[in-house]
Amino acid sequence: MTDITGAKGGAAVRLDKVTFSYGEAPFVFDAEFAASRITAIMGPSGSGKSTLLNLVAGFETPASGRVLVGGSDVTAAPPSARPLSMVFQENNLFGHLSVEKNVGLGRSPSLSLIDADRVAVTEALRRVGLAGKEKRLPRELSGGERQRVALARVLVRDRPVLLLDEPFASLGPALRDDMLDLVAELHGERQMTVLFVTHQPEDARRLGQDMVFLDDGKVAAAGAAADFFDGAGPDAFRRYIGSGPANSRRV
Amino acid sequence: MQRASSDSRVTAGIIALAAVALLIGGALAGLALEGAHDLSGAVSAFDPYLVRVVRFTLWQALLSTLLSVVPALFVARALARHPRFFGRGLILQLFALPLALPAIVAALGILALYGNAGYFAGLLGGGNWPGIYGLSGILVAHVFFNLPLATRLFLEALGTVPANQWRLASQLGMGVRPAFRLIEWPALRAALPGVAGLVFMLCITSFTIVLTLGGGPAATTLEVAIYQALRFDFDPARAVTLTLLQIALTFAVVLALTRLGANTVGDANLPVAPRRYLPAGIAETVLNAALIVLSLLFVAGPMAATITAGLGADLGRLAGEGAVRRATLTSVGLALLSALLSVSLSLSLIMARRVLSLGRRGGAGTWLEHAMDTGAGFVLVVPPIVIGAGWFLLLRTAVDVFAIAPLMVVAVNAVMAMPFVIRAVRPAHDAASERHERLCAQLGISGWSRLRLVDWPSLRRPLATGFAFAMALSLGDLGVIALFGSDSIQTLPYLLLARMGSYRTADAAGLALLLGMVCLALVLATDRLGREERA
Repeated sequence: MTDITGAKGGAAVRLDKVTFSYGEAPFVFDAEFAASRITAIMGPSGSGKSTLLNLVAGFETPASGRVLVGGSDVTAAPPSARPLSMVFQENNLFGHLSVEKNVGLGRSPSLSLIDADRVAVTEALRRVGLAGKEKRLPRELSGGERQRVALARVLVRDRPVLLLDEPFASLGPALRDDMLDLVAELHGERQMTVLFVTHQPEDARRLGQDMVFLDDGKVAAAGAAADFFDGAGPDAFRRYIGSGPANSRRV
Repeated sequence: MQRASSDSRVTAGIIALAAVALLIGGALAGLALEGAHDLSGAVSAFDPYLVRVVRFTLWQALLSTLLSVVPALFVARALARHPRFFGRGLILQLFALPLALPAIVAALGILALYGNAGYFAGLLGGGNWPGIYGLSGILVAHVFFNLPLATRLFLEALGTVPANQWRLASQLGMGVRPAFRLIEWPALRAALPGVAGLVFMLCITSFTIVLTLGGGPAATTLEVAIYQALRFDFDPARAVTLTLLQIALTFAVVLALTRLGANTVGDANLPVAPRRYLPAGIAETVLNAALIVLSLLFVAGPMAATITAGLGADLGRLAGEGAVRRATLTSVGLALLSALLSVSLSLSLIMARRVLSLGRRGGAGTWLEHAMDTGAGFVLVVPPIVIGAGWFLLLRTAVDVFAIAPLMVVAVNAVMAMPFVIRAVRPAHDAASERHERLCAQLGISGWSRLRLVDWPSLRRPLATGFAFAMALSLGDLGVIALFGSDSIQTLPYLLLARMGSYRTADAAGLALLLGMVCLALVLATDRLGREERA
């Protein structure tokens, strides 16, 4: 499972006619996410954004179809064996473990760390701006800092794909912009493939290179993010974000 | 989360379920074999006496439930209406004690208070006091145990009313009466079937109270009749009939209750006291205070009597007695083992159930998940005496039944404590799992690492709570040891019963104090752990 670890660059993610159902309306995903690109995934509530990420991450198993990462079929692989990291909206950390242990878990799930791991942890925490806070418990951090810890763990895991499931949705605007910048910087350094679910057109515009728009359980449109905001997007997308950019950040 | 079946947690759950099934199944097999062996005897056991015993069993359980649950509704409401007054926390803590107080200790306390030679008899002078043996004694004891339990459960139900409903009520100018009708009563009514069901169940399977306070054939329940059939009359055929009747009876009751929406496992969290927006008037306050004081006296009385009577015993001599020391050691050793087993089994079931329910995402659960869920509640249906009787019958020809006493005491009490341990641990476990499950899957934390790094830190306290409770339960057990006990294996409650039987009342009172104190310490530890958990 660690053969890809350490490799610089991203891996393409492909959902090959993946179907899935919670027992109601089925989801049908057929999509390709180019290597080393940041793709924003948008769509109305219930359109399947999180489900798509969960399928890629391995938290859900497709009823049919294949999930491919970097060309290899990972449909049957358990989440931890897939060459990817995921940051959730919340509960990214174990509340009873210190910041450095939470990050260290990215290196060893049993926390048996060698010196090189500890160095990597310290370095990653420094990189996300949390130097000196190694011994803190998550409850002693702000919401933004907690997400930074999660990003530090992404760094020490160093997998070619990063899944972000609205990780900054509960942060205030300024803080969210900081976090988006941080993700952009990390992407610049590591060139991992980023799949980024968000509700905020502003975020998608700021970070997204590509865009996948989901509607009603399937991919309604895909393309360069800029095209979507130039008015070239599908009607459903325009209806979703409202009349114009002025409305795009409603509270 | 998929591939749930290959998760080691599910395997552990299946092993735990199999262990419980073996214990219950073995008992049932013992009964079936004995019944098949001597069918005519079992059939001829149906006589008028048996009918009387069944009728009395139901009658006392019904009355006990009514007398516990109806007052509890009002006491709980009174406590809920006054979320802050001096001693409130203490009262709630006191109300938690009877649940873990060994029944035999409570029985002695009640005798010391209301008995023929008790406090009230002394107050009224000899012949004027009617005494307490028979139905009245059983009822008093059952209410002593179940009124506080029901009060706590109802209080918790009232605590689930969202604060916004109270804000709304005060904004709409709702009076006390409509607030009760529209806000409190719906919450209480929702909890009523579950609470009443639990109390009825506890009363219908109550053994020690009826044995010690029943006082004769006129007031005998099925459980006591089973014990008598095995230990005194040695009439296995009769024991089979009685046991099957007891199972059928409890099963029917549980079935009826499930229809009503009762949950035999229950869920107990610490009652929270939300801020109240409708303050109580003076008349209501007085009434509530009277209710609370009355219930407090009723619950505290027997406990105080236990202490007074116990202090009157020659404690120094008792402590020096070899039999007492041996019984204490035996009791503590068996209780420790039993609690350990109970916590392991419960945790296995809890984890497996969670894994299975995560695996299925919506829709109906599989039979396995269902078994993990209700399996534990089911053990309340099969009382310890029944399990003991079944194994007694199964093994009596093969081995010396008195030699397996330790094994039976440990196993049966461990399983009996499971519903309570599960109640203590499951909410914390499921909440922790909610937070950690995806993270663990993502980072590949599983097996031993997960237990050590993730589950143990978040479950340490509730597990300790469950452990202490299971230990208290096992320490106070009389049902199983009454069947299997002998001169060579004696626990404290067994010794206590023997001293009572030989009219060494002072000794019994002293032992009751000792036993009560140990259990009290355990329960207080439980409560403290539980509170720190939430702090």
